[in-house]
Order: sequence, then C-alpha cells, then structure tokens
Amino acid sequence: MLRGVRQRGGGVGSSLVMFQNIGEMLILFVQALKSLPLAWRHRRKVFDQLFEIGNASLLMACILSLFIGGVLALQAGSVLVERGLSSVIGGMVGVSMCKELGPVMMSILIAGRLGSAMAAEIGSMRVYQEIDALTTMNINPVHYLVLPRVLAMAIGLPLLVIFSIMTGWFGGAAVATFNAKINLSMDGYFNNLREIVEVGDVVHGLIKSFVFALIIGVVSCHQGLVTIGGPRGIGRSVTKAVVNSIILILIMDYILTRVMMFSDFLS
Amino acid sequence: MSATANNAESVRVEVRNLRKSFGKQSVIKGVSFEVKRGEIFVIMGPSGSGKTVLLKHIIGLEKPDEGEILIEGEPIHSARVRDRYRMAMVFQSGALLNSLSVGENVGLYLIEHRLKSPEEIKKIVAEKLDLVGLQGLEERMPSALSGGMKKRVAIARALVVEPQLILYDEPTSELDPLIAVTIAEEIASLRDRTHATSIVVSHDRDLAFGVADRIAIIHKGEILFIGTPEEVKQHNDPMIQKFIHAAMQSNKKSRAL
Ligand SMILES: Nc1ncnc2c1ncn2[C@@H]1O[C@H](COP(=O)(O)OP(=O)(O)O)[C@@H](O)[C@H]1O
Ligand SMILES: [Mg+2]
Repeated sequence: MLRGVRQRGGGVGSSLVMFQNIGEMLILFVQALKSLPLAWRHRRKVFDQLFEIGNASLLMACILSLFIGGVLALQAGSVLVERGLSSVIGGMVGVSMCKELGPVMMSILIAGRLGSAMAAEIGSMRVYQEIDALTTMNINPVHYLVLPRVLAMAIGLPLLVIFSIMTGWFGGAAVATFNAKINLSMDGYFNNLREIVEVGDVVHGLIKSFVFALIIGVVSCHQGLVTIGGPRGIGRSVTKAVVNSIILILIMDYILTRVMMFSDFLS
Repeated sequence: MSATANNAESVRVEVRNLRKSFGKQSVIKGVSFEVKRGEIFVIMGPSGSGKTVLLKHIIGLEKPDEGEILIEGEPIHSARVRDRYRMAMVFQSGALLNSLSVGENVGLYLIEHRLKSPEEIKKIVAEKLDLVGLQGLEERMPSALSGGMKKRVAIARALVVEPQLILYDEPTSELDPLIAVTIAEEIASLRDRTHATSIVVSHDRDLAFGVADRIAIIHKGEILFIGTPEEVKQHNDPMIQKFIHAAMQSNKKSRAL
C-alpha cells in the first residue's frame, strides 16, 4: 500500500520526503475516515485500544495534572498575591488548564506513551510481514489496524483531558490553600474558578484535544506502516512518530488557539 | 473442471516478462511462465535467487518494475481479482500475528470476513490444526512456538481460506522429515480435494519431485528450465544438475546422521 511509494522516494531530499509524508498521512486519514462505517464491526478492537490508553496513562495523567495545576497556582499566585489579586488565582488556573495545559500536556504525554507503542507495534507487524499476511487474506490493514487506533485515540484523549483538567484544578486548589504565602480558602478558589471558567473554555480544550488525538493516531500509524528494515527501522519509526506528533501538536495548538480566539471575538 | 464460476474453481496464473530491481540490484530479470488450473508448480533455486520476491509479486504484495501477473487473465492489482478469487500465501517465516493466539490466527480469515458462526469457526480451526499435527494448541501464543510449529500454523491458516490459489514459501524448511512428508501429502491432497492451483518454492528435493506436476529452476532471477520432474532429472544443463545433485548430497548426509 504505502510501501511502494516509499521505496522509490528513498534517496530524495528531506523536504521532499516531508511533503511526501504529509501527503501520505492525509491519504491515510481520509482512508480511515472512509472506513468509519465499519467502526461497529471493529468495536472489540476499539475497546481494547481504549483500555490500553486508560491503562497506560491514567495514573501518569493524574500525577502530571496535579503538579501542573499546583505549579500554576504557585507561580501565578506568588505574583498575584504581591499585587493583592489572590482572589483571581482560581479563575486563572481554571482557564489555563482547560484551554491550554490540559490538552497540550496530555497530548504530549499520550504521544510519548501510546503513539510510540502504536508505531512500534505496527512497525514490527510491517517488518515481520504480518501486514503482508493480512493483505493476502484480503483484510485491509487500514480497517484492521488504523481505524480502531485512531478512533480510540479520538475518544480516549478528550476523556483523559477532562480528567486532567479537573485534577489540575484540584492541584491548584491544594497549593492555593496550603501554601502559606497564598493562603486562599478552598471555597474562595473554587468560587472564582466557577465565575470565570465558562463551558466554552472546556469545549475549547476538548476540540483541541480531539484534533491532537487525530494527529497522534494518524502520525503514529503512518510511521508504523512505512517502516522499512529490521529492528533498527522500528526504532526509527518510533522516534519519528513521537517527534513528529509533538511538533504537529504544537503547531496546530497555535493555529487552533488563533482560530478559536477569532470565532470567540465574532460571537 | 467446469468453466462456470463456482467456489471450487481454481485459477490460471500467468507471469509475463517480470522484472524487479531493489535499488541497483536486479532481483528478477525477465521471468515468464504459466501455471495451469489445478497444477502443482514447484520453483527450485539457490538462496537469494529471487524466489520469495517472485511469490510476493504473484500474490500482489510487490509491484513489478516491468511485466505483469495475470490471474485468469486479469492483472493481480485490479481490485476485482482480490474480491473474486480466494488466494493464500504461506510465508517463509510463518508471518503469524503475534498479538493473536494460534486459534485466532488460524480462524482470522473467517472471523474478519464473518463467513461462519463462532462455533463453526472453532470447529474448522480445530480440524485444520489437527491436519498439521498441532491439535489442541488454540490457546498458545505464537511467541511460545518453535519455527517449525509456526510454519505449520501458517499452513493451517492458509488452508482455512480454502484457497483457489495457494503459494507456499519453503513450507518444509525447519520441519523434521516426518512432518515434512505430512505437509507434502497435505499439499497434494488439498489440490486433489479442491483443485487449488499451488505454487511451491522449496529446496526440498523430496517434496519437489514428490508433488510437482512441473518444476521451474530459477537462478539469479532467471528461469533456467521448466519441465516435469522427469524432464528436470534428465536435463543435462550442468547448472541444473549441480543444484539437484547438491540437494541429493545433502540428503544423503542427513540420512547418514
Ligand atoms: N524488500 C527488499 N529490498 C531490497 N532487497 C530485497 C528485498 N527483498 C529481497 N531483496 C533481495 O532480493 C534478493 C532475492 O531475495 P529472495 O527472493 O528473498 O531470495 P530467495 O530465493 O532466497 O527467497 C536478495 O538478494 C535480497 O537481498
Ligand atoms: Mg526466500
């Protein structure tokens, strides 16, 4: 499938390879999208992948988010307290977690934790001819491998981000309450948070995380599918999957933030 | 063989002037032959002569640089061919899906294409595993199998497809002589039962001369000779004799041990 193109493009310049990569990923994305009606047939695999996502990341997400919320409250808090603005710490932590830190940090975590695993698994299936075996049995590798993974990502990551946002809020609350210098009441923190954070802010974060999930799923599966060579090839694919996912996530983060700011402004 | 399209109908394979290079290395250098419906066609040749690459072309896993592969007159890469004809390949390494158990691997085709009920699939899987001498190993994972066992599971998995065209890549390497004979018998009996067209790549002289209708000798990407086993034995090309002779010697050695 994708391999024929790759072999011919082997020796060309790196910018050409980049465009070829992006083109192939878009094709893969469209193929996965087209296979969406088959999702119900492959529900078992989607659940398995979802379980994998939860299993691999929930604890780490929890710890990471607690500390992100905490450090936000600590950093911003110490500045705000000096200016007598400690009452807005709740809102500040609340909005930053929703719109920016929850989605971006969770996506980077998942890219590292699961994007790498996906690229490694599919890459080794490519190298050890398992994908060839699927093809000879007339089983489409995009339906069998890519669809369940991308779909599970698109469901799992936003859920994880909701979890992360809430954990982050509590992390912030804990620091705001127990830090002697800030010394805010738990009620005060959450009242301010409720006042400032709108449903739109959470939706903003969820839209971002949905897009990031698609990026991780498609980039990682693509890297897996185009793996060539032996174990070393698999290693290369894993690194590329993680690095490219993170780069694309950060670029997309800026674009999405800009676009959503603009649409907020219109409404 | 009837001309009407029915499930048991086997297929004719034509390879026309096939050429393939990887980078600068020319691996297949203009290969042409035809395999008749229901024939067992054995390809013999030294390692690295391009046998696996040739098989991959025949089943459409590789795209030729030049030439074409026709299944019943239609190019292998046309979408219709895959949907219309059942084909299977037994890979040299087995190529079992490592994340699935032996049973799931063998039943994969039926499960994914939803051709049978789960109970029926279970029965068929047990039956095919029995056929290759691996009864009761459904729950095992491929990582817990020896190379020879993996290959037998791969053969079982291919048999489940009830293929009209089946390709075997060195089906008896890594097997002990007793199992090798069983596999050879199964290759012949599959053809007798279903008229499947079979293409077998092998170094195994006993297998080749035992089951082949015709044998092709390939060397460095070129076909040196195609003929019946008798014709191959009598052919006096030194290259061919050397290859068959070498095979005989190594057979004698293994018998002496
Ligand atoms: N995907 C590939 N890329 C580059 N070279 C390959 C590839 N597949 C096979 N080759 C080369 O083609 C030659 C023939 O390989 P193969 O068909 O596997 O031989 P064999 O007759 O032993 O099965 C070998 O020299 C091998 O290195
Ligand atoms: Mg080979």
